[in-house]
Amino acid sequence: MDFSYTETQDMIRETLSRFLADTYDFDSRSKMIASSTGRDPGIWKALAQDLGMLGASFSEDHGGLGGGHLENALIMEELGKVIAIEPYLQTVVLGGGALKAVGGAAADAVIPEIINGNVIIAFAYAEPQGRYNLANIRTTAKKDGASYVLNGHKGVVYAAPWATHLLVTARTGGATTDVNGVSLFLIDANAKGIVRRDYPTVDGSQASEIYFENAAIPADALLGDEGAGLPLIERIVDEATVAVCAESCGVTAKLHQGTLDYARQRNQFGQPISRFQVLQHRMVDMFMEVEQSKSMTTMATLKLDLPAAERMAAVSACKAKVSRSAQFVGQNAIQTHGGIGITQELAIGHFFKRATMIENQFGSADHHYERFERLTLAD
Amino acid sequence: MQLEFSPAEIAFQKEVRNFIAENYPENLRSVQDEGHDLSKEDFLSWHRILAKKGWIAPAWPVEYGGTGWTATERFIWSEELAAADCVGTMPFGLSMVGPVIYTFGTPEQKAKFLPGILSGDDWWCQGYSEPGAGSDLASLRTKAVRDGDDYVVNGQKTWTTMAQHADWGFFLVRTDSDAKAQEGISFLLIDMKSPGVTVRPIITLGGEHEVNEVWLEDVRVPVENRVYEENKGWTCAKFLLAHERTGIAAVARSKRGVEKIKAIARTEQDGDRPLIANPFFKRKISELEIDLTALEFTELRSLAGEASGKGPGPESSLLKIKGSEIQQRITELALEAVGHYGAPYFRGFGEGDNEHPIGPDYAHRAAPTYFNTRKTTIYGGSNEIQRNIIAKMVLGI
Repeated sequence: MDFSYTETQDMIRETLSRFLADTYDFDSRSKMIASSTGRDPGIWKALAQDLGMLGASFSEDHGGLGGGHLENALIMEELGKVIAIEPYLQTVVLGGGALKAVGGAAADAVIPEIINGNVIIAFAYAEPQGRYNLANIRTTAKKDGASYVLNGHKGVVYAAPWATHLLVTARTGGATTDVNGVSLFLIDANAKGIVRRDYPTVDGSQASEIYFENAAIPADALLGDEGAGLPLIERIVDEATVAVCAESCGVTAKLHQGTLDYARQRNQFGQPISRFQVLQHRMVDMFMEVEQSKSMTTMATLKLDLPAAERMAAVSACKAKVSRSAQFVGQNAIQTHGGIGITQELAIGHFFKRATMIENQFGSADHHYERFERLTLAD
Repeated sequence: MQLEFSPAEIAFQKEVRNFIAENYPENLRSVQDEGHDLSKEDFLSWHRILAKKGWIAPAWPVEYGGTGWTATERFIWSEELAAADCVGTMPFGLSMVGPVIYTFGTPEQKAKFLPGILSGDDWWCQGYSEPGAGSDLASLRTKAVRDGDDYVVNGQKTWTTMAQHADWGFFLVRTDSDAKAQEGISFLLIDMKSPGVTVRPIITLGGEHEVNEVWLEDVRVPVENRVYEENKGWTCAKFLLAHERTGIAAVARSKRGVEKIKAIARTEQDGDRPLIANPFFKRKISELEIDLTALEFTELRSLAGEASGKGPGPESSLLKIKGSEIQQRITELALEAVGHYGAPYFRGFGEGDNEHPIGPDYAHRAAPTYFNTRKTTIYGGSNEIQRNIIAKMVLGI
């Protein structure tokens, strides 16, 4: 058992932290979001080509640094500290995770392009009726000679307006919630028959509703075996769930720090409000939630390669705890700030918005408590 | 980072597991299983076995009798002790005054006191709280006045755990009444058989006699029994509190406690299903278990920090707060789980009793344990005081 980071991991964290401090202050972020594309493509390029950051979690064979889940977690945590809107989760954790899992020609072709920043992937899995059940899929993929033909509607696909590729879950067989018959595809985002309705999200990103209207895609877009994709999808979603937990650690650490800083300089009743014990204890409770989120994220990150049932129980334990912590820390950060906390002008509210979206991303606390119970608390 | 144990660590786990299985006293096991109060001899029987093996003080430096185990090996050890339901060793010597003596004591004090702590020949108690000094410990008024080579001590201590068995006590006393509260305190080691020491029992809500009042009337204590400098006792007290707090997380025992609740909830019926199938009860268990995992990994991260050179610092207050809350939630759920049979007052198995006590065995101690465990968020610095410590020492507010 060992809980120390390697020198390379420390270096990744420091390099990224310095870069983001220079490029991702609150004003710069606001400007990116307000721009016509809703982002600054130069940042992604720099992350890839100047910092080599996008290769941190890929093998050296593919041109990466040879890391894995821990590297993803510490990069996500740093991105969380500046509420970055970069599509790292979608491109590297989800897209890269799927490609690493299946290997072969697709991995050899696409991973190097992820690492050098040319590929951005969006994960089209959620459907309006499906909630958090990954098998609840109505989108169909019908084999037709050398192609599959996609039909259906995917909802709230983060980063889709920026994407070069879509990672899509679809039914190649079975009924809407069947475990069998689910397949995973990596397709060209601009293929014919894909209709997108783009919109901003409340937490500063961009997303789309995606409609597949007889979109024909080549058969080699299939990742893994046809109809047997669910375990792969569950695995990459678990990896992504832990990655947003890591992001949440960064977001909530900043919510807590921002609250401390504010309480020290805000005077009421003739003294800084940080002197009031009721607020001190609240800020201690926030601190404890942040620390426990870090502990759970470390735990789950280290368990991502265990057999599926153990992995899922660990990930759900982590997300259940982190979701509640994100809510607690976010709400109390706003409350401690008072009126100024609910204005657009202060960064704190924007951290709160991201924390709030993280609560339910890849499943609410309730969803994960339930999955944890199913796996560990049989009668 | 990695979670797996190394081959050496797995071998270590096997070694300690076998040792416990082969050496844990049979009669102690049956006393525990039947829910009796443990006598001084019960505690000491296991203590002496560990002392003989050289495993009584794993956290101590090797030169003073520690085992030299790594943080991971100590983690494994506490897990195995809890998994086998071993009685705990008394913390007052091993976790409290022992580390103070080897850190601040003179060579003579080390030679005189450490062997008795390790062997179990000396039973220790802690003279800190007073009727007027609880959370505000530094307001203590027990007074020690210098008279030749002795201090003459007068005052009253309270909540003194297991003082009824104690051979020695470590006491915080005021040696300078004019100084600022924390600056006039000294740390004295007092022979509990000294003339003028009176121990009176306090019976707590579960019916136990764990804590006592200790009255000190003109008790003469040789100056050589003062640890560290006169009026610098608060330094020892703070050091000791930080040490006390880490052990207080009680992760391994709480894990065992959660397993026991699950077992009860699988046995108890709730209508036509076992209690564990009740979604509300099930949710309370899963919340508890997940919070316990968060505590466990917080402790492991903290131990890793310690191994890299940082001693237990103020963040150990976090472990105390969350650890004590979890201990209480375990007893709450146990009491809830046993239903009606939390109510019968359990008198133990008296001599010559022929009848089995009322209710299932696992219910006998549910209520007394629940009542008793209210202490965890109060002792060792109440959880409100721990929050003050974090606010001041960690957050800097």
